[in-house]
Amino acid sequence: MNNKDAFISIRDVGKSFGTFQAIENISMDIREGEFFSLLGASGCGKTTLLRMLAGFESVSKGEILIDGQPMSDVPPHERPVNMVFQNYAIFPHLNVAQNIGYGLRKLKLPKAKQNEMIEEMLDLVQLTGYGTRKAHELSGGQRQRIALARALILRPKVLLLDEPLGALDKQLREQMQMELRRLQRSIGITFVFVTHDQEEALTLSDRIAVMAGGEVLQVDTPAALYEQPQTREVASFIGNMNFLDARVTGDINGYASLDVQGIGALNVPRLGKTLSSGDTVCVAVRPEKLILHDKAPSGPEKSIPGTIELVTYLGERSHYHVRVPGCDTAIAISSQNSRMNQPKEVQEGRSVWMTWAPDALIVLER
Amino acid sequence: MSPALVVLIIGILVPFIILISLSMWTRDGFGFDMTPTFENYQRVGTEPIFSTLLARSFWISGIATFFTVLLCYPMAYYVAFHVHRNKMLWIVLMTLPFWTSYLLRVFAWRVILGYEGVINSAFLSMGWIQAPLEFLLYSQTAVIITLAHAWAAFAILPLYVSLEKIDKSLLEAATDLGDGPVRRFLRITLPLSLPGVISACFLIFIPTTGDYITPALLGGPDGVMIGNLIQLQFGPVNNWPMGAALSIVLMLWIGALALVFLFITRKAKDRLA
Repeated sequence: MNNKDAFISIRDVGKSFGTFQAIENISMDIREGEFFSLLGASGCGKTTLLRMLAGFESVSKGEILIDGQPMSDVPPHERPVNMVFQNYAIFPHLNVAQNIGYGLRKLKLPKAKQNEMIEEMLDLVQLTGYGTRKAHELSGGQRQRIALARALILRPKVLLLDEPLGALDKQLREQMQMELRRLQRSIGITFVFVTHDQEEALTLSDRIAVMAGGEVLQVDTPAALYEQPQTREVASFIGNMNFLDARVTGDINGYASLDVQGIGALNVPRLGKTLSSGDTVCVAVRPEKLILHDKAPSGPEKSIPGTIELVTYLGERSHYHVRVPGCDTAIAISSQNSRMNQPKEVQEGRSVWMTWAPDALIVLER
Repeated sequence: MSPALVVLIIGILVPFIILISLSMWTRDGFGFDMTPTFENYQRVGTEPIFSTLLARSFWISGIATFFTVLLCYPMAYYVAFHVHRNKMLWIVLMTLPFWTSYLLRVFAWRVILGYEGVINSAFLSMGWIQAPLEFLLYSQTAVIITLAHAWAAFAILPLYVSLEKIDKSLLEAATDLGDGPVRRFLRITLPLSLPGVISACFLIFIPTTGDYITPALLGGPDGVMIGNLIQLQFGPVNNWPMGAALSIVLMLWIGALALVFLFITRKAKDRLA
């Protein structure tokens, strides 16, 4: 990425704990005012990377710059970042207002100004009038808001959030997601958000870095990650995906000619990948991009016959597993139940045909 | 009646009632005059020897408590925050002196602090002093040092427990919000470990105030404490009612001081926050 719009610059950063390599050589840039997520399964190094931004973990190798300033020699209490901790870390011996105003002491403001700022923050996180509540009288959602207010009152350049919604129940989590997004938009502070929940990352983020095994697999917008995953790992981590083994047979203006297992010859957009004849690759397709037909389509497009193996009814949509002769695994299809060309009575064991849009298929390395 | 209540009544309430009624009696030759009277309490209030010894006892054990907690806090802090493996082993090692007999520890200090003891002979041989330091043994200093050492285990354990309980992410949050190490200690660690400090203070102050072995063996004339006087009443002087009255006065004083102490720490906690 272009360096000039990099607000946080992570350059060749590595982190090892003894012999364990937690982060391997990560380089990426985060833009100013961006909602940026680090997404990955537990143990992928996302929290370690976040803690390195906060300064709680030293950087074994490489360099981190925030707003052009190298952070190597800046201790955590002097960094222009604030953090929302996973368990919120609300100070138990202080009340809500004292928690929110904790960091103001450093600014040496008059008491009246401090109280004004605290009130403003209470309004912002919709806890007006809760200032004198004790920490132990608060619900999970309220604690989360206080942790947020406590970090934001210092107007950090970057707000770091370590799985802040993980401890909340589903309904509250969805509500807080909306609120986080609203907050981030209204104050324009750069958010770096750690999560293992891909749906949450897709909903909230401007861009997402997908991490695994201490490495960054892909940094992209949610739509690009979903539509054009660069690797099989990313494709399988974000949403559901069918993978079909294939072999490259040729290359025709931007399209790769493939021999796909169980399906036969197919042309798939190459998307800038270099492929040579004989390579084994895989073809990926999202379940909702396959269209089911109850009789063989008459159009010129390619269709594949198969048999319905399993139907799962989910209300607004249904999931089907279709067995295609010659394929090792059943192909998953997801289809809206209001579709006109939907088979009226899809039963298990019934013969169906599948078609797809030309750009639905992605070729990936195996 | 629940078993706990039975134990409470037999173990605490009954002896306490006996003590109170005993304190209202008076000595009558080799026996007791059992007519209830406040004569003993009047003597404790008026004769200066009692108030002098009471005040001295509180002074000595107050100083001993202060130094014990002050010395044990860093040790407990170190184990709680900087030792990551075998924490229990460290705690056991720190309380190891406590495994030997109390009397043995007191005698050990005599060997160290004595006129020809370890400290004096070492300082003499190195030429730091010309004559042995006499204030080391048979003085209040000796009593304070010995008490502080002997009761250290009672301070380390509650301090360690309260420090260990502090969620490490609270410390990180304080750092994140701009506190350096010192400020963070004063605003987070100290207030959150205050319950441990308070119980450590009580656990040391209460028993040391009434201690009589250490002052008897190491105190000399300046180091005599109220415990020695109580022991005399029940022993050679054979004035049990007076001993009982003294015990109750001591108990009331300790209770009052404890309340004052609690009040002060609560105020201090609010100030720290």
